[in-house]
Amino acid sequence: MEVRLHGMWASPYVIRVIWALKLKGVKYEYIEEDLSNKSMAVLEYNPIHKKVPVLVHNGKPIVESAVILQYIEETWPDRTPLLPEDPYERAMARFWIDFGQQKSLTFFAFFLTSEEDKHKTAAQVLETLKILEEEALGDKKFFGGNTINMVDLFFGWLTYSFGCMENISGVQVLLPETLPRLHRWTLDFKQEPVIKENLPDSTALLEHFKRVTKHLKSSNKFKPA
Amino acid sequence: MATSGVKLYGGRPSPYVNRVVMALEMKSVDYELVEMNPYEKSELLIKINPIHKKIPVLVHGDRPICESLIIVQYIDDAWTNGPSILPTDPYDRATARFWAAFIDDNFFPLLREMREAEEEAKRLVFEKVLEAFALLEEAFITISKGKAFFGGDTVGYLDIALGSFVGYLRLSEMLNANYKILDETKTPLLAEWAERLYSDSLVKDAMLDPQKLLESLTKFQAMPKTDSN
Repeated sequence: MEVRLHGMWASPYVIRVIWALKLKGVKYEYIEEDLSNKSMAVLEYNPIHKKVPVLVHNGKPIVESAVILQYIEETWPDRTPLLPEDPYERAMARFWIDFGQQKSLTFFAFFLTSEEDKHKTAAQVLETLKILEEEALGDKKFFGGNTINMVDLFFGWLTYSFGCMENISGVQVLLPETLPRLHRWTLDFKQEPVIKENLPDSTALLEHFKRVTKHLKSSNKFKPA
Repeated sequence: MATSGVKLYGGRPSPYVNRVVMALEMKSVDYELVEMNPYEKSELLIKINPIHKKIPVLVHGDRPICESLIIVQYIDDAWTNGPSILPTDPYDRATARFWAAFIDDNFFPLLREMREAEEEAKRLVFEKVLEAFALLEEAFITISKGKAFFGGDTVGYLDIALGSFVGYLRLSEMLNANYKILDETKTPLLAEWAERLYSDSLVKDAMLDPQKLLESLTKFQAMPKTDSN
C-alpha cells in the first residue's frame, strides 16, 4: 500500500491531511511542492484545480482537502475514527466543515484587509467565530467531543495560522475575552501529541504570510480555495 | 429507522430541494413537503436553519439537517434499506464527492452568472458553461464505465447532484435555442443520460418538468442571488 502526499509546508489545506494520516498511523511519502513551479505530478493528478494537497494512494489521486479527509476516514476506518457513527452527528460534522468552506472569503478579506477596513473585516471574522464557538463547539473540549475529529482538523489552522493573520492585519480577534471557549480549544488542540509534533515553525510561517500578503496585495487579486 | 416524521422544507421548483426529493424517492421514504418561499425569511425558516437561512432543510423527527448534498448523504446513512446513493468503494466515493463539489462550486455559479448576464456578456459565460459541461461529459465517461448512470446501473450521488438541474438545463434551451447546454452533438452521453433520468423507475417522479418550471419562474420573478443551497 503506497501513499504519497504532495503538499506545501505552510498550507492549512495540506496540514489537515498530514494530521489525519498521522492520527491514523498511515505511513506516507511527503513531497514538498514549490507552488510557483508545480511538479508535473500535481498538474497531472489535479488538472482542474492544479492545487495541493494531492493524496496519491496506489497510484490514484484524491484532491480537495475535505474529500481527502473523508477518503482517509473511509479507507482506514479502524483506527482513530474521525467522524461520528450516528448519521445525524455525521451530518452535523459535515455541515460545520462546509460552513468553514463557505466562510473562507470572510477570512481572506481579514487576511488581506486594508488599514481602513481592518476593524470591519475583523468584526465579520469575530461574528463567524462566535457562531462556531456557540453552535459547533459549545461546552465540549473538542468539536469531536472528548477526542478530536475531522471538524477539529478542519479548523485546526485557527490555532496557529490565524495568529499570523491577526499580526499582519493588526487586529486581534481570537482572545480569551472575546471567544473564551474557542480560545481554550486552540490551546487544547495544540497540546494533542500528533498536532504538537506537526505544526509549522511559527517564525517561518509569519515570514511566509508576510511575503504572500505583500504579493497578493500588489497583484491586486486573491484566490480563495 | 422510522419513516414517519420526515419533513422537507422548500420550494418544489428549487433544484437543491429537488436533490433531496430524488434521494427520498430513491429510498422510498414517506415525507411531507412543506412549501416554503426562500425569499421570505419566515420565522420558521430562521428557526430550522438559523446559520444560513436557506432551503432545503430536512427535519427528521425534530432534528434539522441543512445543505442539499449533506442532506443527501444523511439520507444515505440513515436509510440503509433500498439502493445505496454513494458508491461503496472509498475511491469511487471520493471521485463522486470531488465532482459534486465541482458541480456546486464551478458549474452552477456559471449557470447563475449566465442567467443574470446582459445579452453581450451572456454568450461569453455560455461558452464557459459549455467548457465546464464538457468536463462533466469526460467525468461521465470515466465514472459510469459504460453504464447508464454516474452511479453505474442505478442512479447515485452524482446523478442526483447534476440530475436535479436537468430541468433547468432544458428550460434554458426552451427560452432561447441559442443556449442549448444539453447538446447531443457536443456532449452526447450526458444528453442521453438526461433523457434516461426521466424514465428511470427510481427518480422519474422526482425529475423537474421544464414546462412546469417555466410556470413557477414567472411566479417568482424577482430573483436576486440564490437562496437555496
